Amino acid sequence: MTEGIFVRTVRLGVRSLLLHKLRSALTTLGVLFGVSSVVAMLAIGEGASAEAQEQIRRLGSQNVILRSVKPPEDAVSNQETRVISYGITRADLARVEATIPGLRRVVPLRELPEEVRNGDRVSRPRVIATIPAYLEATGRVLGSGRWISEVDEVRTTNVCVLGYEVARQLFPFANPLGERVKIGADYFTVVGTLLPRVRLDSDPAEAGSESTGEVFISLSTGQKWFGEMLVKQRAGSREMEEVQLHEMIIEVDRAEDVPFVAAACRTMLAREHDQRDYEVVVPLELLMRAEETKRIFNIVLGSIAGISLLVGGIGIMNVMLATVTERTREIGIRRALGAKRRHIVVQFLVECVVLSVGGGLLGIALGIAIPLGVEHWADMRTVVTIQAPLLAFGISAGIGVIFGLYPAWRAANMDPVEALRHE
Amino acid sequence: MTRPVAELTNVSRIYRMGQNKVVALDDFSFSFGRGEYWAIMGSSGSGKSTLLNILGCIDRATTGSYRVDGEETSELDDDDLSDLRSRRIGFIFQSYNLIQQLNVLENIQVPLFYQDDPPEDGPERARALAERVGLSGRLDHRPRELSGGQQQRVAIARALINDPAMILADEATGNLDTKTAGEILELFDELHAEGKSILLVTHEPEVGERAQSVLRLRDGRIDTVQEGRQAGA
Ligand SMILES: Nc1ncnc2c1ncn2[C@@H]1O[C@H](COP(=O)(O)OP(=O)(O)OP(=O)(O)O)[C@@H](O)[C@H]1O
Ligand SMILES: [Mg+2]
Repeated sequence: MTEGIFVRTVRLGVRSLLLHKLRSALTTLGVLFGVSSVVAMLAIGEGASAEAQEQIRRLGSQNVILRSVKPPEDAVSNQETRVISYGITRADLARVEATIPGLRRVVPLRELPEEVRNGDRVSRPRVIATIPAYLEATGRVLGSGRWISEVDEVRTTNVCVLGYEVARQLFPFANPLGERVKIGADYFTVVGTLLPRVRLDSDPAEAGSESTGEVFISLSTGQKWFGEMLVKQRAGSREMEEVQLHEMIIEVDRAEDVPFVAAACRTMLAREHDQRDYEVVVPLELLMRAEETKRIFNIVLGSIAGISLLVGGIGIMNVMLATVTERTREIGIRRALGAKRRHIVVQFLVECVVLSVGGGLLGIALGIAIPLGVEHWADMRTVVTIQAPLLAFGISAGIGVIFGLYPAWRAANMDPVEALRHE
Repeated sequence: MTRPVAELTNVSRIYRMGQNKVVALDDFSFSFGRGEYWAIMGSSGSGKSTLLNILGCIDRATTGSYRVDGEETSELDDDDLSDLRSRRIGFIFQSYNLIQQLNVLENIQVPLFYQDDPPEDGPERARALAERVGLSGRLDHRPRELSGGQQQRVAIARALINDPAMILADEATGNLDTKTAGEILELFDELHAEGKSILLVTHEPEVGERAQSVLRLRDGRIDTVQEGRQAGA
């Protein structure tokens, strides 16, 4: 024979299924939805996990970050001008450095609510006053020029480094190096620019603040020109905030010490602060939480997908049982002409597998389309791995076999004489 | 008598239905010779179909021995019997029993499909047989596009594809008008002339007339045997 028995059996199966196109199409729906939800689920889960990991990589998995948080305001305060004092202090910084062992470096920073101008171009970035170690602690990469140096720190020189976005915004057509920008009321010479971060689009870490991009000056320079007071303009009123340090990035020497350092910081801050004006961010914990979320997500969606696959499988079985009854006579003919039981089993199993794999392939297509849609409309990141469609394909083929076995077995065990007499 | 193509010895076929039992074949012994053309007749319920099904190995004797072409079947399992059917038996049914999804050419080849070691030239053989039964113009038609007589021709071609030891036909002309039935019977005559063994169950005396020999059944037993008449005599 020119073609293998397998190819012939599959062709025959497809032809039998095509005799009832609508029924076959409807039968595949269950598997289609089950498989597409498996693929889509994995893509969304992977995307969320990749997102979390990237965020954590950015924050540094070996870091513990202390942040100043403005405590909830007293409802009754109708003063025109108020001074609120809160947050992490230089004393905290000194205590951390003195009492917690195993730290590689501690990087304090302040954020200044200032505008940055080049002529009439205005930018509202995060103006960050920090020490030279910041660059290494956050893994930022210099694009051109130089970074803030110890000399700048000691001499409080008026130099700044522009983040990628700010450089583009203020100097769209020119090289900013050596140019002067105005931060608040003072002029600073641009000595360097940074490369963009890995992803330029929506960054959840910065989504809260209205500022885009960053400008860096040395901590001491910031202290010299802008002092401790931060003036925030608000509709009608002015608000004065006194914050010594906005953030303290603590880089731990060994990753396994991160939980101890985090605990030590929490204890220390709880003792020294009489209000909750700080938060301790541990990227490693975020990672663990993200993994846990992903796990729960996978369990929930996995069960939904599992149920729809089960229902899809039962649908196939149901239709196949009806088909077997309907085709009793055909089974009898084939048996009378020499078909062995296993030929009948294979014939019906192949039909089931063709149905379920057909549904599975359509499901994979839909399951890849859903994440694309989600990415486009919901602005969520998704990652379709190669394994997901393969897994889904395997599952659908498996469903065909498992739920086809019983109908096929029923067909094969019919008595040929009885089957021939059917109808 | 020639070497038997089918030899039954003390064959009984008993149907049990709860307490009752129906003896469809009762201690039946008979030999059909190679190349012979037999008509099996008898009143309704006399056991003709039961006998033919056992001869065709789609049913088993409850007791007794049945040899096809010298091969004892009572020891064979289901797979062996299937194999025997696909290689040695050509079955023709009253209601044609073609497979609806397949076209004429494919229907003719179905028995080969189930052989363990199918011959290479299946399509050529099928084409030749289709021509032989007068259907060469309809190879890619589906059964429902054919008349009853044409469908029965396909069934005859199918029964010949595996070059069987014997051809079994159960009321093969029962659904056809006299003229068409006559054409089908002519085909049987030709096959007989070529030396094929043919066992044909029929109700109709004029069909029985054309056979070489007639075996009459009554209540699962042999009633009369008329042997050796010349076809058409
Ligand atoms: N599956 C069965 N279960 C019970 N009894 C059966 C079965 N098949 C046949 N019989 C009985 O066996 C006997 C012989 O039946 P069989 O079909 O061989 O008759 P037949 O000679 O072919 O009749 P007809 O000319 O009407 O086709 C009948 O009494 C019938 O009722
Ligand atoms: Mg009968």
